[in-house]
Amino acid sequence: MNDDSLVIAGERFTSRLILGTGGAPSHEVLQRAITASGCEIVTVAMRRVTPDGAGSVLDTVVRASCRVLPNTAGCYTARDAVTTARLAREALQTNWIKLEVIADERTLLPDPIELVSAAEQLVDDGFVVLPYTNDDPVLAERLQRVGCAAVMPLGSPIGSGAGIRNPYNLRIIVERATVPVVLDAGIGTASDAAIAMELGCAAVLAASAITRAEDPELMAEAVRHAVIAGRLAHRAGRIPQRTYAVESTPSQGVADFR
Amino acid sequence: MNVQVNGEERRVIDSATVDDIVRLLMVQDARGIAVARNSEIVLRASWTTVRLEEGDHIEVLQAVQGG
Repeated sequence: MNDDSLVIAGERFTSRLILGTGGAPSHEVLQRAITASGCEIVTVAMRRVTPDGAGSVLDTVVRASCRVLPNTAGCYTARDAVTTARLAREALQTNWIKLEVIADERTLLPDPIELVSAAEQLVDDGFVVLPYTNDDPVLAERLQRVGCAAVMPLGSPIGSGAGIRNPYNLRIIVERATVPVVLDAGIGTASDAAIAMELGCAAVLAASAITRAEDPELMAEAVRHAVIAGRLAHRAGRIPQRTYAVESTPSQGVADFR
Repeated sequence: MNVQVNGEERRVIDSATVDDIVRLLMVQDARGIAVARNSEIVLRASWTTVRLEEGDHIEVLQAVQGG
């Protein structure tokens, strides 16, 4: 029980917090947040080049000696997501991909049909696929069946900070999963991360909750502790919830004052 | 000839290669960069040999901050 590593596709990680780098006001702030979070995996996106932009986010990631996890954010079709994943693999020399296929820009909810199709194609092409998915147990199972290395259900919409809206579904996903379940999207503050871990998630991905906090470095530290606390509580096994009190002090030997 | 580079129409010499396009964009640091030509990845090793054709759609992408 001492080795409580997170294992994804055969790779071991000590930290169960993955940091999404979107939204950080500067590379310096991001750097400090990465360090404070203790994370070993950070996500990046693929966008058209600007003359001065190349390399800079990678420098930050390399300095922190984190594994870089590219995503396919901004893709609305399986076709675009597959092409973006292949570009990321070529650019960053990694076959790991956080697969995002979005249905519309107002909700940023995943398009389940395109998502499964893209996942299937990428698994066939040798990728380690980590799909951002709805909190739908059936969809999560479909994604596992096509060979995804983890499933990443949302707690609530990306950037909403609304926490975990459907803990019942999340519990079903966790109970039936044969791959790590990573809570992705919706974390607003540390307690949300703790709840995800208590529900049995293998890890939590947080981006906006940390990068857009008033003090990203401090929030990174808070979420790091919350993930550790939630994991320990999950392993410790909580007491059942009841309506009425169950006394914790023995009822024998109570004095009878007359 | 005319090609589309990252959504913009560009006039380039007829013998232009993928590498010429990357240079055209004044990329200082080619780490973390990948190129698609008409939605097909062009491996870095062939940037200098793959010649463009009239009307090609080129996307040159880099890693940036993102969730």
